Amino acid sequence: MKLRYGWLLVIASLWFSLASAVDTQEAFTDPVKQARYEAMTHELRCPKCQNNSIADSDAGIASNLRVQLKALIAAGKSDEEIRAYMTARYSDFVLYNPPVTPRTYLLWASPLLLVLGGLGLAARSIVKRARMIDDGEAIEDSDSATEQGS
Amino acid sequence: MTTETSQSGSGRFSAFVPVLLFAVLLIVFAITLIKIGSNRLDIREIKSPLIGKPVPAFDLPSLNQPGARVSNAGLSGRAYVVNVWGTWCPECRAEHETLLRIAKDGQVSLIGIDWSDDAQLAQRWLQQLGNPYEQVASDVEGQAAVDFGVYGAPETFLVSADGVVLHKHLGALSWEDWQKEFVPLMVAAAKPVAGSSL
Amino acid sequence: MIPEIGHLALILALVMAGLLVFFGLLGAWLEKVTWLAVVPFAVAGQWIFVATGFGCLTYAFVVHDFSVAYVADNSNLQLPLLYRIAGVWGAHEGSLLLWILILATWTLAVSRLSGGLPDRFRARVLGVLGLIGFSFLSFLLSTSSPFLRRVPVPDGADLNPLLQDPALAIHPPMLYAGYVGTSVAFAFAVAAMLEGRLDASWARWTRPWTTIAWVFLTCGIALGSWWAYYVLGWGGWWFWDAVENASFMPWLASTALIHSLAVTEKRGLFKSWTLLLAVSAFSLSLLGTFLVRSGVVVSVHAFASDPSRGIFILALLGFFILGSLLLYAWRAPTLGSEGGFALVSRESFLLMNNALLLASAGVVLLGTLMPMFMDAFSLGKISVGPPFYNVAFLVPTLPLILLVGVGMHASWKQAHLQRVGMRLAVFFAVAAVLSVAALAVAYGSFSVMTLLGCALGLFIVVSSLSVPWKKIRHRETLSRSVLGMCIAHMGLGIFALGVTVAQSYKIEKDISLAPGESYLLAGYRFSFESLHDVTGANWDGVEAKMVISAADRRVAVLYPQKRVYRVQRNPMTQAGISVGPTRDLFVALGEQLGEERWSMRLQYKPFIRFIWIGALAMAIGGLISVTDRRYRRPAAKNPGLPGGLGVAHDN
Repeated sequence: MKLRYGWLLVIASLWFSLASAVDTQEAFTDPVKQARYEAMTHELRCPKCQNNSIADSDAGIASNLRVQLKALIAAGKSDEEIRAYMTARYSDFVLYNPPVTPRTYLLWASPLLLVLGGLGLAARSIVKRARMIDDGEAIEDSDSATEQGS
Repeated sequence: MTTETSQSGSGRFSAFVPVLLFAVLLIVFAITLIKIGSNRLDIREIKSPLIGKPVPAFDLPSLNQPGARVSNAGLSGRAYVVNVWGTWCPECRAEHETLLRIAKDGQVSLIGIDWSDDAQLAQRWLQQLGNPYEQVASDVEGQAAVDFGVYGAPETFLVSADGVVLHKHLGALSWEDWQKEFVPLMVAAAKPVAGSSL
Repeated sequence: MIPEIGHLALILALVMAGLLVFFGLLGAWLEKVTWLAVVPFAVAGQWIFVATGFGCLTYAFVVHDFSVAYVADNSNLQLPLLYRIAGVWGAHEGSLLLWILILATWTLAVSRLSGGLPDRFRARVLGVLGLIGFSFLSFLLSTSSPFLRRVPVPDGADLNPLLQDPALAIHPPMLYAGYVGTSVAFAFAVAAMLEGRLDASWARWTRPWTTIAWVFLTCGIALGSWWAYYVLGWGGWWFWDAVENASFMPWLASTALIHSLAVTEKRGLFKSWTLLLAVSAFSLSLLGTFLVRSGVVVSVHAFASDPSRGIFILALLGFFILGSLLLYAWRAPTLGSEGGFALVSRESFLLMNNALLLASAGVVLLGTLMPMFMDAFSLGKISVGPPFYNVAFLVPTLPLILLVGVGMHASWKQAHLQRVGMRLAVFFAVAAVLSVAALAVAYGSFSVMTLLGCALGLFIVVSSLSVPWKKIRHRETLSRSVLGMCIAHMGLGIFALGVTVAQSYKIEKDISLAPGESYLLAGYRFSFESLHDVTGANWDGVEAKMVISAADRRVAVLYPQKRVYRVQRNPMTQAGISVGPTRDLFVALGEQLGEERWSMRLQYKPFIRFIWIGALAMAIGGLISVTDRRYRRPAAKNPGLPGGLGVAHDN
């Protein structure tokens, strides 16, 4: 096979490149499997790269992992089984979606805790202020809706 | 927010909350930096989940013996070292001298996995630089590499006689690394089974 | 010779910054009026010397002075002039110098444009800015000098090809202007705490500076996202990368600050809270500097770094943040805020806005730092990426977006929402029905979240437009600050629409094509016509000609490229993008698979432009609001009252 742009291949084999990856594998004929495959490639982190999913990296290991992923889906493995397969080899690092474990409880609870905590503190302050306005101060209906801006 | 009006004790205390939170953050940052600075933490290193687990099974075509296969089925009963390399990897070139020295030392057999590589290039590499490996497998698709959790060559694994992964070294292996990381483990593993081939 | 002059200039700038700190802070403390007279000269001197240093480095780049290590590492004889200039901030040392130049410029601007401030207060503000300048100049000179000489090499190692793009020439200056701009609000806050006084006029002085910094930060982040979209070649616009998050957190805090300042100015409330936000915004911006430059995170954008730099920045971080927070802990309880407001009022809405904005910043902070902490304490390595944020970030932001649409209509102190409530309910119903209809017609199906996102986005747009609409119809005056607010909020709505539609209906396919073949994606036929070699000033590559047609009508011709920069030898993808108001069509070249066959990534990105148009509208809104009359007036009206912040006179 004569390659007109053979030098590109040589250079592409430098594994630390920053160019985007394009998947060279044949697509699944089953659209459901293909959709699962595409979703998983974005959920798995390339272990060698700066910070890319295996879908977005052209590092050698990313392409190896895409091949394995494809084979696992073709073999009928569930997403859960595939995640277990990957973490058994690369630890939880390879999952962009950190699994819920005692060590990540805080992380996963943080959005709700922060929102409830923040709104709670805000509510406390608002109630206190609302009481101050009741104590004697006349409630004037100030400026119309947005006159003063913010 | 709570400090808004109160000049009470609780207001005074809550005004200190941001200081405390930030101080904790600062200490953690300092610890992280000190660990990185003293090489006790490598943010790029992924600790292998395989340590202490049975070695992944592999069965691959041999690089230099056409038709032959390299598998760990034939390796049970003795300790061995698996080295994952490729001719495209400059660090592999850097550690080659160490591998030759280990081979010459003869304490343990080296199994090479030539990863995602061109077979001809790899054969020429071994002819020119010398072949430290007892057997070399060709892993074009990266099946074995993925099973070993390899992400950047070179990576070197120590497997005990009973087929357990004892250690993994990431990056070019120096003779000092070998002496410090691998030899003590091999000695410790050899003790209970006196007279083993190790 | 020139590099030595540059180095000397930076040393002199350090001296000037030292004088600024001494005469500004000490002069204000000891009430020495004559000392304060030195302050404007020190400010001007600092700027002149930093600019000289920056000019010298730029000169070294332009004339290819490869005896300077930094130039040799980041430039090349073949590098075009534009990128030689942009190359000045292409790596750690030069970008730090840019950081300092921008700080010196902000300092100069405050000194020149704040004639209305009381002398002592202004001296304190400038003194604090001088202290920041002094710290960063000593950091630069002691660990990161860009002027170090090395044995000259015949040719340089070239600028990172990722940075050889026009957007990168303006993205860092823009982003830094925002990043560093948070220091102005910080300096105002620290000065107020040192004085122990804070009133409505303080808020009025601080607001325009904060808003302008926020405008820069908004534009800088948007430009960065746009750059990532077409240069990285992945077609994504936000990756929740640690370094992206590092710029996003100060933005969230600044946004909260802008809103809190509104209350402090208007009602004299939330004083200590506003101070804390001003400190937080700057702290988060310093934290970002630390994350990017210390080597504690793995990121596409992080600078090569060594831990000694990290320790230095950490020391700066500790000094400024702990110092200001301690000052806060001491002063905040003494800053009483008088006055109350009803449960339903503009104040309540803004307080909830602040709570939610900070909660979202907290989520980002935790997500960014958690992997690092776990790693540092050997608790295992985890990754926190888009799948986490795409869920977690919605928890605070969905209610926030809903609140924006309603809160805009609430009046200060006590709002009677039942009057506007009916109208808002109608708006929301219209937005929801429109969304259902539009999504069903355009895309066939939708999920609940998609519908919610679209309805909320549309709701904010309509709600924002209704304010000026009503004013114009009733022939009421429409102040610039109200107009600016409405445009910025409308921008948020446009942004939300863009994000929702682009995320829900994007189509992405990796395929392989040979010339003459075509592929049908989202109703568009992508035909691969031909392939040819191309050459740039310092790269070689191949270019594909892709013709895109829909219903036999030619829509666009794209020329995606795969480049290899001659020096650093890494392949770069230059995507071909057809821009349209309702969709982008995106082609990126992958690898050569055979004689003529190439792998490609094709993408259909509906309404992705709305993301950047929305951000732009936010920035424009901010700009309009700072031109409001009341920010121009006080300068003349408020001759500095000695020794204080001036009397509180609320207009």
